[in-house]
Amino acid sequence: MPRIFAYIVHKAGVADDSAAELLAAAAKIDAAQSPTAVVTGHGADLDAVCQSLCASFREVWRIGNESLAYPNAELVRKALAAVVPAGSILLVPHAHFGTDLSPGLSIKLNAAYVPDVLDIESAGGGALKMVRQEFGGQVSAHVRCDISSGAVINIRPGAFKPAASPPAGGQVIDQSARVGVLTCGRRYLQTVAAETGDVDIKKYPALVSIGRGIQEQDNVSIAQELADAMGAAVSCSRPVVDAKWMEKSRQVGSSGQTVKPKVYMACGISGSFQHLAGIQGSPFIVAINKNPKAPIFRVADVGIVADLLEFLPELTSKIRGK
Amino acid sequence: MEILVCAKRVPDTSENEIELNGDGDIDRDELVYSVNEADNYAVEEALEIVERTGGTVTVVTVGGDEDEEILRREMAMGARQAVLLSDDAFNGSDGRGIAAILAAFVKKGHYELILTGVQADDGAGQVGGMLAAMLDCPFASLVTSIEVLGGGKLKISREIEGGNKEINEIDLPCVLSIQTGINEPRYVGMRGIRQVASVPIPTLGKADLGVNGYAGEAAARVKRMDYFVPPAGKGAEMLTGSQDEVIAKLIDLLKAKGGLQ
Ligand SMILES: Cc1cc2nc3c(=O)[nH]c(=O)nc-3n(C[C@H](O)[C@H](O)[C@H](O)COP(=O)(O)OP(=O)(O)OC[C@H]3O[C@@H](n4cnc5c(N)ncnc54)[C@H](O)[C@@H]3O)c2cc1C
Ligand SMILES: Nc1ncnc2c1ncn2[C@@H]1O[C@H](COP(=O)(O)O)[C@@H](O)[C@H]1O
Repeated sequence: MPRIFAYIVHKAGVADDSAAELLAAAAKIDAAQSPTAVVTGHGADLDAVCQSLCASFREVWRIGNESLAYPNAELVRKALAAVVPAGSILLVPHAHFGTDLSPGLSIKLNAAYVPDVLDIESAGGGALKMVRQEFGGQVSAHVRCDISSGAVINIRPGAFKPAASPPAGGQVIDQSARVGVLTCGRRYLQTVAAETGDVDIKKYPALVSIGRGIQEQDNVSIAQELADAMGAAVSCSRPVVDAKWMEKSRQVGSSGQTVKPKVYMACGISGSFQHLAGIQGSPFIVAINKNPKAPIFRVADVGIVADLLEFLPELTSKIRGK
Repeated sequence: MEILVCAKRVPDTSENEIELNGDGDIDRDELVYSVNEADNYAVEEALEIVERTGGTVTVVTVGGDEDEEILRREMAMGARQAVLLSDDAFNGSDGRGIAAILAAFVKKGHYELILTGVQADDGAGQVGGMLAAMLDCPFASLVTSIEVLGGGKLKISREIEGGNKEINEIDLPCVLSIQTGINEPRYVGMRGIRQVASVPIPTLGKADLGVNGYAGEAAARVKRMDYFVPPAGKGAEMLTGSQDEVIAKLIDLLKAKGGLQ
């Protein structure tokens, strides 16, 4: 089996939770091998991350460079292309940074690329058999990846359960000298924090959350009336914000808010992983959807197959009547 | 500015329930197809840039005759030209193969800006980043606004986690993958589609483009073996009965779980 590397995402000197998930994924490819962590960054933060990773990785490759202090994928890609040996398997967390970095990196490494992998079912014969999802999670697919020239594999956050492992007693190996001067045609200027809206959906114990199934802007009031009757707030999925029917501050998901209500009512929301990523703290999830096969029913506690435009007003009037 | 937009025709997930047939494939007989959502935003963005600063918009797709309909739709939106890249030798290409076909086409023109969607509904969010790497030009993903700065530069914002945005400056020529919601795509009526119904759409094949060895089934390193229905997981308890019964049960549950204040 080729050598396995894990790209470590980190912030303020602390490795992301995904580091342990990449270890779990690596074990499914080759349990006999201890994968190597690769870390890019600069200064004391980088040193702190590398040190902490020695507890779980036997080798930690440190790539330090002033220009890598902020993770600009264009520069990180160049650094990794210079350092990661041809033919290796590189695991990367499939989040915003990984989707920016990996497709181009696979070309520069002349490696295969498979994004958003949920499971690795078998490895051998120069190939990996993996599981992905398509069409917003409505169907899964088995994918065969030829790894004879190496592979970059992006791992779905939360899909691989980290296992407790004995201390690795690893060592840091500095690879910075192999990188040289890094320049690129895309320069980071600043980060703008998410806008706060009129309603802070994080503060409500219950959310009536609407998705594309609400169909038009005029119908948003149906959800608002239910929320008012419940003492809840209305939140939503991304298409509702894309269509400008609600403010961005109401969006739940990986590119929106993270919420921890007691009760989450998903109304006309299919249940994509980017949406579910914003629901934390295991609330009681009620799913209302007209499609009995909608993926949301796999994660909800209670499901109701109904047309929400009919069901929600009835529910509102019954709650008001009590 | 000459802008190229890469667009793909996909089954429309908001119109369809995706069903599997017995052979581990998607039942395609009754699917409604449309242009990939993010690609439509990309075309709108290109049109708005050209309205502000001049230039032309070309839309390209790698596919077959049936994919012409999305090219016509995007021409009805205002794209000046559309090109179909089609050849039996392209069948079975993986993402790298599609990117290589698009790269060969780009090299035949003089595009300063190339837009893709972030991700196709049946895809993997890979073609844009691969295309940029093949062209050796800068790339940015998840773009949510574009401002033309002059001097061969753009100021862009990118979506990052938690609804935060990252502002970047990027040199032209470059490839950007456009995120949904960046603008409000204009409406295309039947009349608009009829007006472009007979505009010829040039088709280019392998020999016209000089595509490298990445295209086609034999070169594909990543292959879909089958589709399957994902395991049910813990699964929801389905509330059944008359609507009144369902509502009564739901209200009891909402009360018990702290959902009614
Ligand atoms: C990088 C990236 C980041 C993303 N970030 C987010 C994010 O932060 N948050 C987010 O939500 N998404 C995000 N997405 C989008 C995500 O992939 C899905 O496209 C989105 O969550 C789908 O929203 P939806 O469930 O409302 O729509 P759909 O998937 O279209 O589902 C609509 C559902 O409504 C049901 N329905 C339709 N009509 C009715 C009716 N009358 N009554 C009852 N049910 C009905 C349908 O059966 C269907 O299940 C992101 C995508 C990308 C690529
Ligand atoms: N066959 C194709 N023809 C033209 N553009 C494509 C094709 N496949 C993918 N793309 C572009 O690449 C983007 C990402 O697709 P994917 O990598 O398949 O998720 C899409 O949104 C399109 O802009």
